[in-house]
Amino acid sequence: MAEWFHPIVDTESEPFWKGCKEGKLVIKRCKDCSKVYYYPRRWCPNCWSENTEWIESKRRGKVYSYSTIHQNPAQPFASLVPYAVVLVDLDEGPRMMVNWDFAIPPDKIKCDMPVEIAFRDISEELALPIARPAK
Amino acid sequence: MPNGKRTVAIVGVAESDSGFVPDLSIMEQHAQAATRALADSGLQKKDIDGLFTCGGVGVLHPLEMAEYLGMHPRYIDSTSVGGSSWETYIEHAVLAIEAGKCNTALLVYGSTANSDVKKKLRAGDFALLPRGVAQYETPFGITLISKYGMAARRHMHQYGTTSEQLAAIGVAARKNANRNPKAFMYGKPLTIEDVLKSKMVADPLHLNDCCLRTDGGGAVIITRADVAKGAKKKPVWVIGCGGAEDHVIMSQSPDLTISPAKRAAEIAFGEAGITTKDVDYLGIYDSFSITVLLTLEALGFCKPGEGGPFVADGKLAWDGALPTNTDGGGLSSNHPGMRGIFLLIEATKQLRGESTAQVKDPKIAVCNGTGGFLSHCGTVVLAKD
Repeated sequence: MAEWFHPIVDTESEPFWKGCKEGKLVIKRCKDCSKVYYYPRRWCPNCWSENTEWIESKRRGKVYSYSTIHQNPAQPFASLVPYAVVLVDLDEGPRMMVNWDFAIPPDKIKCDMPVEIAFRDISEELALPIARPAK
Repeated sequence: MPNGKRTVAIVGVAESDSGFVPDLSIMEQHAQAATRALADSGLQKKDIDGLFTCGGVGVLHPLEMAEYLGMHPRYIDSTSVGGSSWETYIEHAVLAIEAGKCNTALLVYGSTANSDVKKKLRAGDFALLPRGVAQYETPFGITLISKYGMAARRHMHQYGTTSEQLAAIGVAARKNANRNPKAFMYGKPLTIEDVLKSKMVADPLHLNDCCLRTDGGGAVIITRADVAKGAKKKPVWVIGCGGAEDHVIMSQSPDLTISPAKRAAEIAFGEAGITTKDVDYLGIYDSFSITVLLTLEALGFCKPGEGGPFVADGKLAWDGALPTNTDGGGLSSNHPGMRGIFLLIEATKQLRGESTAQVKDPKIAVCNGTGGFLSHCGTVVLAKD
């Protein structure tokens, strides 16, 4: 059952969200200019080439920044506070937004700390990426 | 000495009733601001042939606005880049007027953000539908405040900026608001300790690091030099403008500590032929304390990373070394949603000598609007006649 906050999957994002459900982080790379980028786009945002491919990320990176949210009137988030949103710089280059692992207190987060990307199921079809300390 | 050309001037400014105004609809907010600004200018309704507006309720907002106000403008602009739309309109209006596409333009804004929440017509924080780029943010429960919180956190990490330093920005705004009887927080003093004790909303931002949510509106009338000479009050010249965008979703900003104000101001200051030393009054979009700090660095008033110590002595208060947002700003006067127009209104009042927290004989004012989530900035340089 789709809830209001579930991503509305489209033609460009389908492989990304499918990957998340399978425990894989797939991002795009331009075969012409070699730029690795997130979020997925059919045309490379760097050189506008359509000659792009999906690659599998090693799911490693470091925290660029984060914020711990103490107030959000909208459910289901109202019941989850405090929880954190994190910007992660992947080792492959791109930066992405994920949640901090809900099982780990947000006060463990520090800028520049090494993290790995994992996933949490939110429905039969969808999983969202989360970050947690790198093993 | 500033050398910007003096071809186009602001001749009328006004605010509508702000705060909690449940008896004014969103269209009435616009109309009240527009009619008051026209009266302030001394021009006639028939003189206005350009309309610059965004927001409102409908999908064809500028057309609804023109119809509601009984106008048939020959030039319309509804560029929508958030709170900096109004500084962007000044830039666009100057171009349109110089090109002869219109003679006199009305910028008009109105919002019932506060009443709408109290009447349960909208939620306190409206999440964007997780479609398009929002599918990479909304599912994570991101809030507007946490987006700015991430910028603040990174600045603290890189430069050691503290919550106390950020709090000084809100305290200065409150000091200014306490000179302005129309400010939402008039008569309510605020200390650094109060800010630090206020509820943590999105770490590291406390409640008093965040702007208000009020009703309110504003309007600006801008015209050609020869028309401006016949206006009721002395013209306030637009001598430089610039704009720059950075990102929409937070992951796409290459550096959250560098506001797009940097690039916008380089253009505007260059056009005006000014440096920061020439600036007597500053209007900075203060959606959050961190927005002000990042903008001060980007405009060049202090070096990158030095914003914390720079603001800590309270210099942004009306009687300080760098008077900023003397109406009380979005932190303490009013914040209906896209506040950039109020920066222009207060700067005009300062240059005319009409502010409730008047700076001594200011000659040059700079306004920097920030739209979205540190997404876009528009800088405007204004000069006294």
